[in-house]
Order: sequence, then C-alpha cells, then structure tokens
Amino acid sequence: MTHSLDLSTTRRGFLGLAAGGAALGALAGPARAQRVRSSARIVILGAGAGGAGMANRLAARLDGAQITVVDGRAQHWYQPGFTLIASGLRPASYAISGTGDWLPSGVRWVQDYAAEIDPEANRVTTLGGERLDYDYLIVATGLTLDWDAIEGFSLDLVGPEHGVSAHYASPEYAVKSWHALDRFTDRGGVGLFGRPATEMKCAGAPVKIMLIAEDIATRKGNRDRCEFIYNAQAQNLFGVPVIHHRVRQIMDERAIEYCYQHVLKSVDPGRKVATYTTPEGEEEKPYDFINVVPPQRAPQAVRDSGLSWADRWTDQGWIEVDMATLRHARYSNVFGIGDINGVPKGKTAASVKFHLPVVEDHLIAELQGREGTRSFNGYTSCPLITRIGRAMLVEFDYNDNLTPSFPGIVAPLEELWISWLMKEIALKPTYNAMLRGLA
Amino acid sequence: MEEFSLRTLLAVFEEMFGAWLFWALVAVAVVFTLAWLYVLIRDRSLSFRKYLVAQISMPFGAVAAVAFVLWVTNSRLRDIGGPIDWLVLLGVAALGAVGLSIVVYVLQSLGRGAPPSQS
Ligand SMILES: Cc1cc2nc3c(=O)[nH]c(=O)nc-3n(C[C@H](O)[C@H](O)[C@H](O)COP(=O)(O)OP(=O)(O)OC[C@H]3O[C@@H](n4cnc5c(N)ncnc54)[C@H](O)[C@@H]3O)c2cc1C
Repeated sequence: MTHSLDLSTTRRGFLGLAAGGAALGALAGPARAQRVRSSARIVILGAGAGGAGMANRLAARLDGAQITVVDGRAQHWYQPGFTLIASGLRPASYAISGTGDWLPSGVRWVQDYAAEIDPEANRVTTLGGERLDYDYLIVATGLTLDWDAIEGFSLDLVGPEHGVSAHYASPEYAVKSWHALDRFTDRGGVGLFGRPATEMKCAGAPVKIMLIAEDIATRKGNRDRCEFIYNAQAQNLFGVPVIHHRVRQIMDERAIEYCYQHVLKSVDPGRKVATYTTPEGEEEKPYDFINVVPPQRAPQAVRDSGLSWADRWTDQGWIEVDMATLRHARYSNVFGIGDINGVPKGKTAASVKFHLPVVEDHLIAELQGREGTRSFNGYTSCPLITRIGRAMLVEFDYNDNLTPSFPGIVAPLEELWISWLMKEIALKPTYNAMLRGLA
Repeated sequence: MEEFSLRTLLAVFEEMFGAWLFWALVAVAVVFTLAWLYVLIRDRSLSFRKYLVAQISMPFGAVAAVAFVLWVTNSRLRDIGGPIDWLVLLGVAALGAVGLSIVVYVLQSLGRGAPPSQS
C-alpha cells in the first residue's frame, strides 16, 4: 500500500517555507548605518572587551579616521570563562586568544601600556615613551586587581598546597584555583569565600564559585565533610535587594553559612587563618580553602590622569563619566567603556555590550555635527551559576529593577538549565561577536 | 538583548561552531532537505513504507540528540528546571527525530532509485 501525497501540497509547503525564509530575512533588521568620512585621530586605551569591540565598530563606520589602539598585553582574556576554568570544566586555553586577532585591519595597534594620559593636552604617552596625540580618547583599560592590599597574600600561594584559589588573576591561576578546589572537595574542611569592599567586576562571580564548589562537594559525596562560609562586605549578599533575597534563600536551602560586613584583611598561609575586618573589630577564621577576590581599582595611569571622580570612589579612581552617555563630565572628547567607568553599576562584559552602541552613537554624531541620542540604563548581567547545569540569568539596571532579556520566557530568579546553556555555550560566542563589533 | 537580530544570531552561531563548521552543517541540513524534496517530487508520492522506516528511526534521533546536548553542556536531566527548559529539550528531541528521519528517508530513496511508476 502506498500513501500518496499530492504534489501540490508539497509545492504549497515549499512556498510556505520560502515565505518563512523571507520573514526571517526581514528580522535581520536594517543594514549597517552608512560610513562617515572623518579625519579624526581616535585613541582607544585597552583592547579588552570594550576596546576591541569599539575598534571594530569605529573601523566599520569611519572612513579616513586614524584609529590607534594601545594595549601592552599580547593575550586577550575571555574573563567570564575563568569561572568555568576554576570549576574544572574548561582548560586555560578556553579563555586565551591573541589581542591582535580581534583588531581590524586599518587600525594601528601600539603594543604597550599607557603610562601618562594628559586630557588637557589631548595626549597619551606609552611606557616606551611614544607620544600619541588625539582628538578623541576612549578609555577602556578595565581595572587593576590590588592583590597587595591583602596582607600576607601572594599569587605564589595559589594552588592545592596552600588551599588558595584566586581565579580572578588569570587563566593559569584559574587552573591552579581548580586544583585547590578539587583537593578541598576531596578532603573536606572549611572553605571561605567572599568579596572586596571596593566596586568589582562581575559581583556575582564570588557567589558562583562557592555554589559550584558546594555542588562539586555534593556530587563527590563529601558535602557533610565540607563547610562553606560566604563573607559579604556589606549588609547584603548582593547589591540588588531582590537578588540578595534569592541568593540568601539558596544559601539557606543548601546550608551555606554567611556573614555580613566581613572584609578580608589578611591571610596567614602558615597557620591557614584569614583575618576579616568587621564592625566589631577584627575576626580570625581558620580555613582549609579560601577563594580570594581582591580590592579593584582603576589602573595607576588613569588615576594619575585627572579623569577620575574627585569626590566619589576616591580610593578606587573610576573615571567621571555621565551615567547615561558615558561621555566624560569635564573633557567632552573623552569617553569611557567597560569596568573603568565611574557609574553605579555595569562592571560586566554584558554591560560592555550595551556601552558600545552608546559611545559609538555619541562619537559618530559629534563627527557629523549632530547630538547623539542613545543612553545606557545601567544594564548589568551575570548568569549566576547555582550548580553545574543550572543558573539564574539575573539582569538589572541602575534602579535595581530586573531587566530580563527574555521576559515571560526565561525567569530571572529561577534556577534554569537554559540560563546555564547561555553561560556555558552561548556567552563566549556572543562575547566574540561583540569583540568583532557584530553584537 | 541589545540589537538582537538574525545577523547577531548568525554571528553567534558562527562563533559557536567556527564559521566553516557552522556553514558546513547548514549546508548538510540544506542538502538533505533539498534531497528529500527532490525524491518527493521525483517519486511523486511519499512512500509509506520508507516513511514508516524513517519514523521508526525517530525515537533514536530524539534520544541521541538529547544525550548529545546534555553531554556537550555538562548537564544532566535533573538540571531541567522550568517550563522553558522542557520546551528547549523537546525542541532538541524533535530536531533530532525529524533530522534523522529525513536522513533515513533520503538514504532509502536514493539507495533504491525511483520506484516503478504506479497509479
Ligand atoms: C572571574 C570573572 C568572571 C566574570 N564573569 C562574567 C560574566 O559571567 N558575565 C559578564 O558579563 N562579565 C563577567 N566578568 C567581567 C568581564 O570580564 C569584564 O567586565 C569585562 O572584561 C570588562 O571589559 P573591559 O574592556 O572594561 O576590560 P578588560 O576586558 O579587562 O580589558 C582591559 C584591557 O585594558 C588593558 N590595559 C590595562 N591597563 C592599560 C593601560 N594603562 N594602557 C593600555 N591598556 C591597558 C588590559 O591589558 C586589557 O587588555 C567576569 C570577570 C571575571 C574576572
């Protein structure tokens, strides 16, 4: 017996498919905005998430402009990958690529660090002494990890021997941090976690690594031998109240201890004791494993430049940009992208993705003699991994409002597999597309 | 997400698999779909027997696709949380099922050539 399908049905199906394809094509949106002629000299400091993304966007939009990128680091680091490396899920190479691989042709890369920035004279001088005059400056230097601020600590301690984890430092240190975590979850003991009192990149990362550690201990059948303590610097576990409550609930459910207003002051690797500053004075805590996330500040060259806020974050030196336009408040030809910005939120790669079109818009508008119109609303996002295989896609803005990308589909405060998929497989491709100026 | 468009989506997929592999996979999918349409048009009918064999392959395609995705993403079935997770998982299963059935149908048809003409 043969079941016959009328050919016309197939044809109609085919037409339907074609129509669907056309509809999809329409989704692609308008083609890239027209190229703009300009002879402006634009210097971009830093070729990280923000700097590389900006270089590509400007190269695609401008004709004749002289774009110079300054960054002394030959390696580009995909930092959101550090968490996966420190959890034993990826090798160091996962987060490493070449800085030069991301820079478009037609852009000059000065492989050196800015040593001096003079916004009065519109000039940057590199460590090597090269002088770069600019018409527009884009500061995208990211931030500096102040390891020395923690007494007794040294990156040499990182690894299983001393039970020290410091996955913020680099891909290699993230691997050593994994070996420390692996040993701790094998043998048991007390694990200390926490965050610094300064602003920091990816404020969820210290929480993530602890929840992952707890999950790994559970999978190994060693949960009852491990104690987990989270030391928050403030009177909450996360700066956004609704997220704080959710994180507290998860920690309660999983019998994770937490303390408020505990800031790591020093470690004594010999005695394996950490000292915290608390409102009641100093408090010592013995540990078998400690994850250290140090205070974070603007690079020295930026702090010395006069671009920082004079009356806010004075111990940290973030630059004084307008919260919405990311244009410098005192030097209108200077913009900031990424972690360096002195704005209340937004030290994540996801925020960089939203910074880029805003700065591009205002800069190009100015070159065309117009006013830019786009603004940044504080968008910050951090896929908060709660266990290997699950995460919460928390996204919020300046006003502590949740700003879900997929409202009604991906619930922000629910532990979901899809949110894990986004962090595990979709985030790096999205990040790479952002570097190329395509997302 | 900001400026979420088909172009962004394609860029993300290109980064995920590498541009070559991604477009090669798309090409394979397109080739099999076209081949399927071709045999349908050539044979002027959907052969019920081939369709049946293809259908039998569907559960295998579904299970294989789900197992593969869980393996690649370091996940387990217990990680499935809310409704959207189930939908995504069902989507993966459906893609695996339909994909494999098309492949099986096409291979049978091409392997045996055109059937004798029938009423
Ligand atoms: C462990 C960890 C986990 C994270 N997880 C996430 C996450 O899940 N999601 C997320 O969105 N974000 C996450 N982030 C944050 C994200 O990586 C950063 O917010 C993002 O990289 C910021 O981009 P940027 O361009 O400002 O700085 P960077 O990407 O750090 O780049 C700064 C660049 O500037 C260069 N530079 C420094 N000083 C100078 C100088 N004086 N002159 C010239 N160049 C200089 C540096 O060499 C560097 O290449 C995480 C970060 C860490 C450490």
